[in-house]
Amino acid sequence: MSRPRKQIHLAAHFPGVNNTTVWSDPRSGSHIDFDSFRRFAQVAERAKFDFLFLAEGLRLREQNGRIYDLDVVGRPDTFAVLAALAGVTDRLGLAGTINSTFNEPFEVARQFATLDHLSAGRAAWNVVTSWDAFTGENFRRGGFLPQDQRYERAESFLDAAGVLFDSWAGVEVTADKAATFLGGVPGDGPGRYAVHDNHFDISGQFTVPQSPQGRPVIFQAGDSEQGREFAAASADAIFTRHGTLEAGQAFYADIKGRLGRFGRTHDQLLVLPAATFALGDTQEQAEENAADIRRRQVSGQTAIKLAEQLWNLDLSDHDPDGPVPTVDPVVGENTIARGRASVRQHTDPRETAQKWRDLAAEKGLSLRGVVIEMSARQTFVGTPERVADLIDEYVQAHASDGFILVPHITPDGLADFADSVVPILQERGVFRTEYTGTTLREHLGLALPANTKKAVAS
Amino acid sequence: MTPLHLAIALDGAGWHPAAWREPTARPAELFTAGYWVDLVRSAEAGLLDFVTVEDSFDLPPLSLDPQHVQGRLDAVLTACRVAPLTERIGLVPTQVATHTEPFHAAKAIATLDFVSRGRAGTRIQVSHRATEFANVGRRTPPDVRDADQLGVLFDEAADHVEVSRRLWDSWEDDAEIRDAATGRFIDRSKVHYIDFAGDFFSVKGPSIVPRPPQGQPVVTALAHVEHAYRLAARSADIVFVTPRDADDAAHIVGLVREAEAEAGREQGEVRVFADLVVFLDRPGESGAARRARLDAADGTEGTEYASDAAILTGSAALVADVLASWQHAGISGYRLRPAALPDDLDAITADLVPELQSRGLFRREYAETTLRERLGLDRPPSRYASAAAATAATGSTAVTTGGVA
Repeated sequence: MSRPRKQIHLAAHFPGVNNTTVWSDPRSGSHIDFDSFRRFAQVAERAKFDFLFLAEGLRLREQNGRIYDLDVVGRPDTFAVLAALAGVTDRLGLAGTINSTFNEPFEVARQFATLDHLSAGRAAWNVVTSWDAFTGENFRRGGFLPQDQRYERAESFLDAAGVLFDSWAGVEVTADKAATFLGGVPGDGPGRYAVHDNHFDISGQFTVPQSPQGRPVIFQAGDSEQGREFAAASADAIFTRHGTLEAGQAFYADIKGRLGRFGRTHDQLLVLPAATFALGDTQEQAEENAADIRRRQVSGQTAIKLAEQLWNLDLSDHDPDGPVPTVDPVVGENTIARGRASVRQHTDPRETAQKWRDLAAEKGLSLRGVVIEMSARQTFVGTPERVADLIDEYVQAHASDGFILVPHITPDGLADFADSVVPILQERGVFRTEYTGTTLREHLGLALPANTKKAVAS
Repeated sequence: MTPLHLAIALDGAGWHPAAWREPTARPAELFTAGYWVDLVRSAEAGLLDFVTVEDSFDLPPLSLDPQHVQGRLDAVLTACRVAPLTERIGLVPTQVATHTEPFHAAKAIATLDFVSRGRAGTRIQVSHRATEFANVGRRTPPDVRDADQLGVLFDEAADHVEVSRRLWDSWEDDAEIRDAATGRFIDRSKVHYIDFAGDFFSVKGPSIVPRPPQGQPVVTALAHVEHAYRLAARSADIVFVTPRDADDAAHIVGLVREAEAEAGREQGEVRVFADLVVFLDRPGESGAARRARLDAADGTEGTEYASDAAILTGSAALVADVLASWQHAGISGYRLRPAALPDDLDAITADLVPELQSRGLFRREYAETTLRERLGLDRPPSRYASAAAATAATGSTAVTTGGVA
């Protein structure tokens, strides 16, 4: 116990558009009214979390050519909600997913720089790339880029945004009423910039003075080789999802090992896996609770739909309480489910289907039972003590730097965790009892970008 | 007389370029939330209908000079930041149609409507400056001397609004059903593809945001020229115009009404608001003296502040006279541009509003909840709801969603 304990980072993901959000629970509230976001954010801030995280959707999901109706459908605009939340919180970081395919760097940089100003330094950007022609049907671009070019564009996009964020470097908002509006104006005016590369040809003057964090905190999600390189080169934090301690440790070692090649140090990139939880007064109760949540996450209808996503076939005639289908999945480019990143995770559908059949035979499970087993995502199940133990263990054993918690109830599903697990972590000295900084970079222990000067009122 | 509507146009430290030098100005706070929250709360305390927030995709030419305010925050996010901290006032940020995706623009305003509980609008703006195009980099700027090229920009903006309006309607109000018995969260027959295909973009829909509280947030546009009147007549609920005097106001209202008829809309559907820059008398200093002092502070002797809108200088009573007289010309409200913030905003709420109240021309309390209600606009049903109901009534088996043509 004498070695120094790593401090844990905790964040909260607003439960969203997926079958893990249990909307049928009587405690489930609106997923769209702002009051839900306010309550969720205020619980996270009360618990001294590092940040709140919002995902983004740009087209409603479809299955069998129809809008998918079994999960929560619809959500608000990411930027708009984060800006509004900045008004009802003081310290909580505000992280949002914004794609780089259906936006332009000037616009996104303006929005994030604005959000960082309006939140006094709490903005974070999860840069994503993986959108398809299906989503493109909602945008001028009207299409998408091949996988390799998408990362290339994302890198260019992030570089261009970085140029814009830095374009006011050295300029402070001083407003000397007798003289000039800005002090220390360099040669040809603040915000002057130019970006010319394979993807962007833009130049002019950026409209937003340098924001409190200089740049928003940059997150990257994804586990591909390209994604890992992208994160190691450019991100402040990476989202992952790894089932076991060992898998987490392997990923952690890999991603941190890449940093040196980009001239970065071990503490410049945080590994923050998403995690779910089920609590109880006893271990048995917690496990019962977890099993109950899983049954509600995977109804009979949902089991069929999730199986269809693997089989790439209409299985509507199939009985969810019957056996796993014996036919082989259809392998091909066209998937029955559209607008879902998860479908691409079935890299070898035939092999996965056989695993499902083997599991059914071994444990005597129905199709639904297998889906429940295979899609179970409760990372932490137990008493508050036990869950605190596990989280601490993962972090101290270098499987992560903390977790992004995803409750299954909107919006109050985080309160149990905040009230029971967080105090234990605080008692152990591995989680803050008060915010010591005001910006998200300070919460995360990340240095300000080198050329950043905080805006100073005078 | 019918009571007037009053909006405030917020921009930087005020509309006079030297406004930031005023003793009461807070120029170093222009990029902080507190500044904007204070201004909008002050406008709300004055019972004003709504505020607009200016924006553009570049820095306006004046602000390249360090003698003037440099830099500007994104207007939509500024409005969202203020929304939870205000209760009644409408919030109308500028959106640049030329350089934004209508899908993003529509969901942002729908979300502003949710966070403000029905107080959102948008001021749709066309961009033609080469500097704005250079910042976005997607295409070459138009030749603004060419009427056709300018017309194309306005057509594009009209399509942009049309897409937003369809997306706001794309969910019927009761689409979310949470039917545990069938496991369905929504009734997908009440969520519609918009299938918009135009010359500038095509958008499939539906929106990812459910129908906002107002159904249709309020669409506004500033117009000085024929193209812009047509855009407003086709697309807007409110048009901001810039008459020089009462006669000009009558003339412009006539042009708007003609364009309205051409667009097939009912006469008077589009509310006409006149834009006015105001330098109001303050204790110890007349509006005229302030104006002269600000002009002197801004630069060379003899240079007078000019604006696209008429400039009113003087007492609250004098301004109230003008507002009342233009009303006869068909003006239903005003968007006042405070020359200096907070001074002119304070004068509006402390002096002008009571003056108008005493003449029976302005409300004494907020009666309505949503911005549409305050403007006397109905909450329209989703355009797709009637189509769906008609389909059901005729016994047709056609399904309005899922029909991916």
